[in-house]
Parts: sequence; C-alpha cells; structure tokens
Amino acid sequence: MRPILMKGHERPLTFLKYNRDGDLLFSCAKDHTPTVWFADNGERLGTYRGHNGAVWSCDVSRDSMRLITGSADQTVKLWNVQTGAQLYTFNFGSPARSVDFSVGDKLAVITTDPFMELTSAIHVKRIARDPTEQTEESELVIKGPQGRINRAVWGPLNRTIVSAGEDAVIRIWDSETGKLLREADKESGHKKTITSLTKSADGSHFLTGSLDKSAKLWDTRSLTLIKTYVTERPVNAVAMSPLLDHVVLGGGQDASAVTTTDHRAGKFEAKFFDKILQEEIGGVKGHFGPINALAFNPDGKSFSSGGEDGYVRLHHFDPDYFNIKI
Amino acid sequence: MAAEVMLMNEIEAKAASMGIDLIIDFNSIQLPRGEDCGIVSDDEDVYHDDHLEFDSGFGNVIVVDNLPVVPREKFEKLEGVIRKIYSQIGVIKEDGLWMPVDPETKKTLGYCFIEYNTPQEAELAKEKTNGYKLDRAHIFSVNMFDDFDKYMRVPDEWAPPEIKPYTPGENLQKWLTDEKARDQFVIRAGTDTEVLWNDARQSKTELVYKRTYWTESFVQWSPLGTYLATVHRQGAAVWGGANTFNRLMRYAHPQVKLIDFSPGEKFLVTYSSHEPSNPRDANRVVINIFDVRTGKVMRDFKGSADEFTIGGAGGVAGVSWPVFRWGGGKEDKYFAKLGKNMISVYETETFSLIDKKSLKVENVVDFSWSPTDLILALFVPELGGGNQPARVSLVQIPSKVELRQKNLFSISDCKMYWQSNGEYLAVKADRYTKTKKSTYTGFELFRIKERDIPIEVLELDNKNDKIIAFAWEPKGHRFAVIHGDNPRPDISFYSMKSSHNLGRVSKLTTLKGKQANALFWSPGGRFIVLAGLKGFNGQLEFFNVDELETMATAEHFMATDIEWDPTGRYVATAVTSVHEMENGFNIWSFHGKLLYRILKDHFFQFLWRPRPPPFLSAEKEEEILKYLKKYSKKYDAEDQDVSMLLSEQDREKRRMLKEEWEKWISEWRRASEEEKLERQKLRDGEASDEEEEYEAKEVEVEEILDFSEEVLFEE
Repeated sequence: MRPILMKGHERPLTFLKYNRDGDLLFSCAKDHTPTVWFADNGERLGTYRGHNGAVWSCDVSRDSMRLITGSADQTVKLWNVQTGAQLYTFNFGSPARSVDFSVGDKLAVITTDPFMELTSAIHVKRIARDPTEQTEESELVIKGPQGRINRAVWGPLNRTIVSAGEDAVIRIWDSETGKLLREADKESGHKKTITSLTKSADGSHFLTGSLDKSAKLWDTRSLTLIKTYVTERPVNAVAMSPLLDHVVLGGGQDASAVTTTDHRAGKFEAKFFDKILQEEIGGVKGHFGPINALAFNPDGKSFSSGGEDGYVRLHHFDPDYFNIKI
Repeated sequence: MAAEVMLMNEIEAKAASMGIDLIIDFNSIQLPRGEDCGIVSDDEDVYHDDHLEFDSGFGNVIVVDNLPVVPREKFEKLEGVIRKIYSQIGVIKEDGLWMPVDPETKKTLGYCFIEYNTPQEAELAKEKTNGYKLDRAHIFSVNMFDDFDKYMRVPDEWAPPEIKPYTPGENLQKWLTDEKARDQFVIRAGTDTEVLWNDARQSKTELVYKRTYWTESFVQWSPLGTYLATVHRQGAAVWGGANTFNRLMRYAHPQVKLIDFSPGEKFLVTYSSHEPSNPRDANRVVINIFDVRTGKVMRDFKGSADEFTIGGAGGVAGVSWPVFRWGGGKEDKYFAKLGKNMISVYETETFSLIDKKSLKVENVVDFSWSPTDLILALFVPELGGGNQPARVSLVQIPSKVELRQKNLFSISDCKMYWQSNGEYLAVKADRYTKTKKSTYTGFELFRIKERDIPIEVLELDNKNDKIIAFAWEPKGHRFAVIHGDNPRPDISFYSMKSSHNLGRVSKLTTLKGKQANALFWSPGGRFIVLAGLKGFNGQLEFFNVDELETMATAEHFMATDIEWDPTGRYVATAVTSVHEMENGFNIWSFHGKLLYRILKDHFFQFLWRPRPPPFLSAEKEEEILKYLKKYSKKYDAEDQDVSMLLSEQDREKRRMLKEEWEKWISEWRRASEEEKLERQKLRDGEASDEEEEYEAKEVEVEEILDFSEEVLFEE
C-alpha cells in the first residue's frame, strides 16, 4: 500500500511510539511539540505544547492516559493524553534524553545528558497515580557510564534497568540498589555509539542499533548476544515486528556527511532482516534524509518511520508481506 | 643530541688534556642485562638489525682528515675556513664543529669532526668534499664517523667465512597448486592487511593470512606473484611461503617511498626522496637496486631530484616512477633511465652502462620498452618551431641500431602503447590543426614482427574526436578506443587483421553513446569491461568482442578500481577510501554476474596475486582448447557437487538457526510464565499477559450500523 506521509513536524523526527492498543501514534521531533496521530489513517489528533527544546523521546502508559516526554529543555513532562494538559514537570540540570515507563506505570526511568560539569545519569522517578501528589524526588540516581546514555529501559519485573549509549557498552543495573550487574562483552559488542534500543513485546529480548553499521539482538536476562545484523550504513533506529520474525533497521549517512551527488549515496532505506537467519530480505525507500525513528504497530500490520527530513511515513503492509518466504 | 655531544666534547677534551688516547667503541656500550631503560622494541628482529645499520646516533657526523696542522694563533682562521666550506652543504649543529688540539704543542692534529642536523646532509658533505683540494698538500679525506667505527672493528686476522649448511627453502609457488584452481588476492583495509582466496564457487573468500600493521604505506605483489612486498620506514621487505607468509628478505632503505620489481622478480628497485636542509635546493633522491633473493645492494644511485625528473611534457615536477624501466621481458637483462638528451641503458651482468656510455638522443622526452623484445621506442618532440619534425624511433638494444624511424609533423603530444606480445606498437599522436588553435588525434600503428616494420596511419571516422582511453587486447590483434565527448562518448573496436588478410587495420564496430571512460580487457582477451568510473558513478558493461555483443550491464556505485583476476575468470571492482562511503569490493564473473560483495571501511587496496606464465606449450594449449568439452565435463560435475553441497549446508545451517531460536523462545516462555503472577501484581492485578506475546488472531467484529423496526404486513 502507498505509505501515508504525515506532515506536521517542522524539524527532524527523533522518536516514535505506539500505544498498546495500536490506535495512536506519538511522535517526537526537534521542534518543541510532540504530536499524536491516528495510527490507521495518519490523521493528526493533537499536539502537546509546553516544551522549550527538542523532544528526544516519549512513552505512553498502558491505559493510554499518561504521556511522558523528555526534552533538551532539561525537563521531563507528564501529560494527559486526551486533553493535552501538562500534569507535572520534572526539572534537571541537563537535557533529558530517554524516558520509559515501568511495568505497571508506577515508575519511570529517565536519562540525562552530560552537560557543563554534570556527568550523564540515569534517574528513577516514582509516578503518582494522582498527579497532584507527584513529587520531584528520585528513587535512584545511577552515574558511571561515559558520555551520553541514549536509551535506558526496564528489564523484566522492573528488577533491572538496561542502558546503552555513546560508550558502546550495554549495561544492566539493579533497579533497587543501582549496582552494575552485567556489562556486554567488549569483543562481541558494538564498536561505536549505540543510538537506539528497543524491547520485544514480552521484554524477553531487545535489539540495539549502532553507528558501527550493525544491530544486535540480546537476551534481556543474561545479556547474551543472540544475533547480529550487518548493514551498510550507521543505524539510528531499530524495530522488531511483534508478528513475524523480522527486524527493521533505519539510518543512513549522518546528515552532515550526505553527498549531494546522488540520492542513492545516502541509502536512507528502512532495511528488513530475517530475525533468525540474519539475512536482509527487503527495504523500504522514501525518506530524503536519514531515518531517526522506527516503530511497529503492536498488531504487526503496519510500521512508521521518522526521518531527518521532518516527515513521518506510515506504512501498512500489503498482504504479500505476510507470505514472505526465504 | 646537542647536549650529549657537548658532554662528549667535555669528556674528550678532558681525556686529551690528560694525554689519553680516547677511542670509544660505542657499540661496546651495552645496557645491563634485562634492562631496556624503557625502550620498547616493537619488532625484535627489525629493531636489532636496524640498530646496527642506522641507529648508532652518529650518522650525521663526519670526520675530515688531512687538514693543515696549525698553531694556536691560526686556529680560528682555519676553523673559519672549514665552517665556510661545510656550512654551504648543510646546517652544522650548534657546537657541531670540533677540531681537537695537541695538549702539549697546542697545535691542531690535522682533523676535525662536523655534526650536521641530518644524516643525509652528512652523507652529501662526504660525497662532495672527499678529495677536496684545500691546497696542494692538503687534500681532504672525508669519512662518516660511523664508518670509522665500523672499520676499527674489523678483526686483524682473517677468519674463513662460516659456511651455513644448505636448508631447502619453501615452495614459494605452492598457491598455484590449489586443488580448486582458485586465485588469491590481497586487500588492505584500516590497519589490517589480508590475503584471501577467491572462492567464487561458494561465493565467499577464504582467509590465507592476516596481519595488522603489516605495512606502513602499501603492499605490492611481485610481477610473477612469488612475493608480497611491504614498505616500512626502515626499508622494504618481501614475504612468501608455501602455506603462510613468512618474511623472506629485508631491504634496508630508510624512508623508502616507492618500490618496483623487475619483470622477472630478480631485482627490486627502491626509491626515497629527502627534503634538503636548504629549501632552495632540490630534494635528494636515493635509489637502490637490490637482488631480491640475496638482499644485496647491486647498485645505488644518489643525486638531486633534478637529475631524475627529466621527461614528460614541459618539465613536470617530481620524479616519474618507475625511474628505471626494465627491458627484455622476464630476463631482467637491461634497464634504462631517461636523462637529459640521453637514455642510459644498464645491463645487470655488471650493473654498468652498455658500452660504458649512454645512448645520446637530443631532446628525447619519452621512451618505452617492448614488453617482450630488446627494443626501445623513443619519442623526440618537434624542435625549432617545426623546422625539425618530431620523431618516433625504434632502437635495438644492446646494439643500439635504429630499426625504424618515423617523422611526425605538427605534433603537440605523443603516447606509446605496446601490445603485450610486442607484436604491435600504437603511437597516439596529437596534432595541431592548421590554425594551431586546437588539436586532433591520429594513430601510427607499427607491425614490429613483420618485415621492415610497416607503419600504418589510422584516423578515426571523426578525426576531431577526443581520445579518452586506448587499450590493446592482451596477446591479441584488436584494440579498443573510447573517443568523442563526455558524457556519452563512443567506443570503437579495431583489428590489425582484416577479413581479406590484406594486412590492413579494420574497424570491427562502434558502440554509440556509452557511459564509459576506462577500458579493462580480460587478460585472456576476447572479453572487455567498459567502465564508467568517477563521474559515471561506476557503470559497468561486460562486452564480448568475438561476438560483438553486450553480455551484461551492471553498476558498482562509486567504484574507483577495476581489476581482472590473472586467469580472466573474475573481475573485482572496488570502492577505495577516496570515497568516504561504500568502501569495499565486489567480485563478478567474466560475463558480469555479481558473485559476492564485501564491505570494509577505510578500504585502501585490492590486488590480485599475479600468476607466472604457464609452462604449457602453445600446441598443448591449443589441444586443450580443442578438447575443452571433454575437460569441462569433469569440472561441471565438480561444480554441481559443490552447489549440491552448498544447498545442503545451507539447509543444515538454517535448520540449526531455527532450532537455536526455538530454544530461546521456549526459554522466554518459561521465564514469562514464572514471572506471570508477579507481573500481575505490578499491574495491580490486571491479567492480560497473553496479549504481550502477540499472536495474530482472527477476530470477528460485528457492528450494528443501524437498527430499525418495520412492520411488513399489516392485516
């Protein structure tokens, strides 16, 4: 099917997130306004106004009531999904990069960038059921990794936190004590900045994308490397189909290094790989710049990509897609 | 260094004042055992050898002997004179001139030491002033300080040289006996250099040898493929062996920049260029010719870069490499260098000029050897504003007899192309039009093997066409020319044989409007790749010249390099690090089917390992060609087996992967099941776990769109 081109952002996309029902798609961009769309026809539902900087990531609660967003304006905000009202603002001394709700939505893990003399950090905040009771305090602050932490997510039963970032090392932390539990093997691990990390639907495994032109699949509990997918371009975004054994890698040459000679030079394609055989099975073209964000609809029948070009492209799969045999 | 020397000065002055004859053997000073003073050797072998050869630290010091012996009053005057002479050659270090004095008579001893900034300057000073006549009685004798040291240590008694027992060497050509008849190639990417088999049947490579930091600038195969040469700061080295790559020999040449093998691999020419300390001077060039197997320097050439830069149109700066061009096929008998108004031809028996003199040719600007015979083709441009025509002549070596000469009029430039068997020579001549405002191009074709060497003139159909590329078919009688204007030039094929056997050149075909700017013939002839590199982004056309038909068109986006394997079975195209992206190489079959591609960041070099010419006689080869069907049956069967095996292996591999994956899935299911209750608790009792392991389910949704009641019959 022809992709639906969703124009609404004025700056490069940074993050995409479907709600659990798969009817809403939330998009973040370097403009200051996260936006919510109908996930089936791409119609814009509304925006969340209030941030004063690029918005790097978001997460939506299981009941689709709350939205949490992290921004370069050094704040993380909680929103009412339906009304677009700001419920609470967490203030930090440095830009917030990644946000993730825990199982049960009572906790959120937030990463902040190194800034001035501050090092990067992972913060755990308790999210109150009633926003009027929300407090600023952190349950836990973890410091240690060098450079930016591009993504931190909850492990099974909220017992661990998985983090990855500029130092190319994936770490698993105890979410109670903040102790470092595991570190990915340097030999088999990524060689350059990890740009993205996405969990499987059941949280048992996760996929990381890196500027070293590869994506890797890991077991969440043991941090065992299971698969590696090699591509020709730095990987900015990754996604896993919840339905079929497919993974999608997005990326492309860094926007500043894009040649102007030929559109093929950048290879701004979303690449599909067979999850098990690690072989490339196809690609979806369309963006005029690198792909920064990818997300699968929880029903596995559509996916969306967000590009440096400021567009979100919503792709519904043709029936043929579900019969791919290799 | 300066501080150390001052210290030395003090020690020696002290020793002199005490009347002690001070001779220090610097090599006798050793560090205590097991103590390296923090000096880490990166390569034990290299370090030791080089230590002896260049690293004693006094390479920049010379000793000038036979100076006048003068009393103290005249000391300063003499010192002034010496300083004046030697500072012209290079920069003398501060306190770098030291003339010892007899402590009793207060007279000088008739010698002095001079320390320069660089060893090159010291060497130059030695060369220039050894034998310099200050006056009749004082003829300078100049030596390197290091040499003194070396000669001092020659033992007084002659000891018979040790004869090492013969150890059989490895079979350096083992790779030719590969069962699958594969070829090797070397690639350099990042800091790694790898030699790989091209296993085209299985569409992959197989590693032979890999080494990090194997070379400091580039690698190069010897022309027959026996050796792989690496280049380092201290010199060059060659590697080879039966199954792996061992270092076979080293060739010391500090700061070597370029290397070149003789065609028969007997000799290796190394080149380095050194910045002069006086920026107005030309660079100093050092060229060594080594015997590849013994590692001995057979001859060295030193001089200013000016002496090596003659040739090329209008005095192009820099040395054109190779400086020495080898003649006479694989025999390695002669090599020649272009000089001002002469060509110097050396023979390798004695490494001296033939007949002790160079071949005098006024204003010669270019020459080239026949690839097989001892014939030189040389080009002299037009002189005296056209009064004296340009000419191309063929000269036999060593007799220096001119075999053929052709005068050419109103020539602007000229290029010579030999066919690989030395049967034909094509001279591409750019001529001025009558108005002298533009040029057009024609070819002079020499038939070397025919009586009297007939020459034929060929002009293109449209003689104003620009020539973009020219290439002879290897071992064949055809050539291809790309001509016309970008972006869509034409490509023409010609044959030196015509259908009626008239001994005339004939055109085979012209392909119109091709996106190509380079020609790559298969080493076996018959097939050619018409390539559009650079501006054409890597367009490839695989063309069969026998049938005059295109076999395949393809593209290797951004390709910079193309090379046929030595057997003509495969073509490698590569994107090297001149581009930031797409780095890596593709391997194609001769008819243009992409076999496999490998991506490597910072990809610098791709080189097929050359093969020596086959030992089969021409008749035998013909026989094989005749019964090709019979032979190929066996190989077809092998191919079939391999492809069966491959698909079998592939299936097996997939099965394994699936099984492994299933294990993970069941592991995850189990863990998820175990954690189910706790997860529910975290969600305040909400149990909807099954939705997380999403399964595609057919869900029938009935929606009531409209509801109305109607009374149909009323009675």
